Amino acid sequence: MRMLPDRHGRFGSYGGRYVPETLMPALLELEEAYAKVKKDHRFQTDLAYYLKQYVGRPTSLYRADRLTKRLGGAKIYLKREDLCHTGAHKINNAIGQVLLAMRMKKQRIIAETGAGQHGVATATAAAMFGLQCEIYMGTEDMQRQALNVFRMRLLGATVTGVDAGSRTLKDAISEAMRDWTTNVRTTHYVLGSVLGAHPYPMMIRDFQAIIGREARKQILSVEKRLPDYLVACVGGGSNSIGLFHAFLRDSKVKMVGVEAGGLGVESGKHAARFSGGKPGVLQGTMTYLLQDENGQINPTHSVSAGLDYAAVGPEHSLYHDQGRIEYTSATDGEALAAFDLLAREEGIVPALESAHAIAHVTKLAPTLKKSQLIIVNLSGRGDKDVQQVARMRGVSL
Amino acid sequence: MSGRLETTFEGLRKNRQKALIAYLMAGDPGLTETEQLVLALERAGADIIELGVPFSDPIADGPVIQQAAERALRNGTSLRQILTSVTSLRQRTNIPIILMLYYNSIHAMGCEEFCNAAKAAGVDGLIVPDMPPDEAGPLKAPADAAGLSLIFLLAPTSTADRRKLVAKESHGFVYYVSLTGITGAKLSNVEDIQHNIGKLKKVSAAPVAVGFGVATPEDAAQVSKVADGVIVGSAIVKRIASYQQDPAMVGHVAEFVRSLKAAMVPA
Repeated sequence: MRMLPDRHGRFGSYGGRYVPETLMPALLELEEAYAKVKKDHRFQTDLAYYLKQYVGRPTSLYRADRLTKRLGGAKIYLKREDLCHTGAHKINNAIGQVLLAMRMKKQRIIAETGAGQHGVATATAAAMFGLQCEIYMGTEDMQRQALNVFRMRLLGATVTGVDAGSRTLKDAISEAMRDWTTNVRTTHYVLGSVLGAHPYPMMIRDFQAIIGREARKQILSVEKRLPDYLVACVGGGSNSIGLFHAFLRDSKVKMVGVEAGGLGVESGKHAARFSGGKPGVLQGTMTYLLQDENGQINPTHSVSAGLDYAAVGPEHSLYHDQGRIEYTSATDGEALAAFDLLAREEGIVPALESAHAIAHVTKLAPTLKKSQLIIVNLSGRGDKDVQQVARMRGVSL
Repeated sequence: MSGRLETTFEGLRKNRQKALIAYLMAGDPGLTETEQLVLALERAGADIIELGVPFSDPIADGPVIQQAAERALRNGTSLRQILTSVTSLRQRTNIPIILMLYYNSIHAMGCEEFCNAAKAAGVDGLIVPDMPPDEAGPLKAPADAAGLSLIFLLAPTSTADRRKLVAKESHGFVYYVSLTGITGAKLSNVEDIQHNIGKLKKVSAAPVAVGFGVATPEDAAQVSKVADGVIVGSAIVKRIASYQQDPAMVGHVAEFVRSLKAAMVPA
């Protein structure tokens, strides 16, 4: 397998750099700065230090015995990214990018957030390093994730509501890009997923690939063999590519990405890009998009704000076309059932995003032999979703 | 390349005038009004019309143009309908018409089909704000074949390498973005603009038009001193929005455009 992306930021025909000219010099500067720190021993030592001592890595690979028994098939392991500081894998990337921003002498950090996890992670890293931080968030998401809005403000970040378009992640990204275009000389934009223009999809994948490197080592150590399946949810696709990346060359390891099926793919209210979308350009990159015949971006729906997005990371689009990764979806209802199931069986309340991956495992595991192994990425914990789920069930807290 | 664009700049230069490029969001408030506006603005002194094609996620645009795009999309305005409007306008005017549209609108139709349809309708040039020359490969050949000018943007942040690239690839004119920001922001220092245009002129023979942030006749006057063309967008779109309910909307907007042109300084 060749090194991806190529020097134009392409994953096959996907990726690239579709941005206003004002941002081109910044992207080229970022690409160069990132290439430098990638080989810089001091940077890598600093990053490793913060990931270990501050984030709490390595996260454990937990054998979920009761879930395994309940589903009655393959043995299930959970990669516990929910145990990271701030409660999700997002901090892996946020720490990496904020360290990089400091190398680039940028004083101000901006980010977008959907579920709020990336916003919290970025606000956290900015607080720890003493940088000014502004987070853009759709007003619809601010309502769904009020707790995370408060957390970001506690951490000293300014949270700016975005009242345009669908008022979700997509609109927050556009607004962050506009801010970056305006303040590019002083500001670094910490994009939260493997999206946007090159070098973001590559750089964020690299920062998240530690998930899979750890998981591979851990499973080889306890099971003395590679897993049969990897399962992860796919919004932009950073936790999934983070888990999958170290296994891409292991041709026997099957990989499944689970998108948000919303109210069902046939209802049109979903965020399943691979079953309902086609290639196009959104927010800097060529990838699969939910769009109409005129190329206008379609509204999306998911119970989970972190998966509620019309595009997917360009590297996923390539693996989809190659058949290397299988993409499927889980509905809101299936995710909510999995949310309950994991809480009851394992004492772990998953993020609604990660619950989509668990939902697929409940379908997959019973079809496999007891000798087979599944690793599912538990990308985040569900504390942030408790209020929303209570509200949906008519419980006032 | 494109007859109408080059003839216009050449004619203005001979008459020691600068080009006024007026931006309209096609379909805001409706395509019928857009057609009326094009003709009225030409009579009011606009030399070139830039027609925005509404897109759901316009990353280079500020709130004024975003909201205009939302209104146009709510009316059901599509790229194909806009091309039909241009076809109809071509029976009545010879003013150069440029489309400003995001790449996904072109990609959804297919580069070749789009370029042929745009040319057949009478479009003269294209500005694709989210497509730097680096990504223009698939559009270049069909645009060249159809005789459509691809106009690229240059920004205050552009380095010498970028300046050379944009100068080499841009046809018709170079669109200099006056500020590091989005459409509708406040005009920045005219000395900076002049300085950057000076650097561009050393590597490019093409006319340079300045856009983003030109909002008043005073701005137009200042910018016309240092550039070959002045692009006014948000300030026009804002007036269209505020006169939406007024039957004399077209006249009010034309009056504003007349004041812009009158303020522009002869070369």
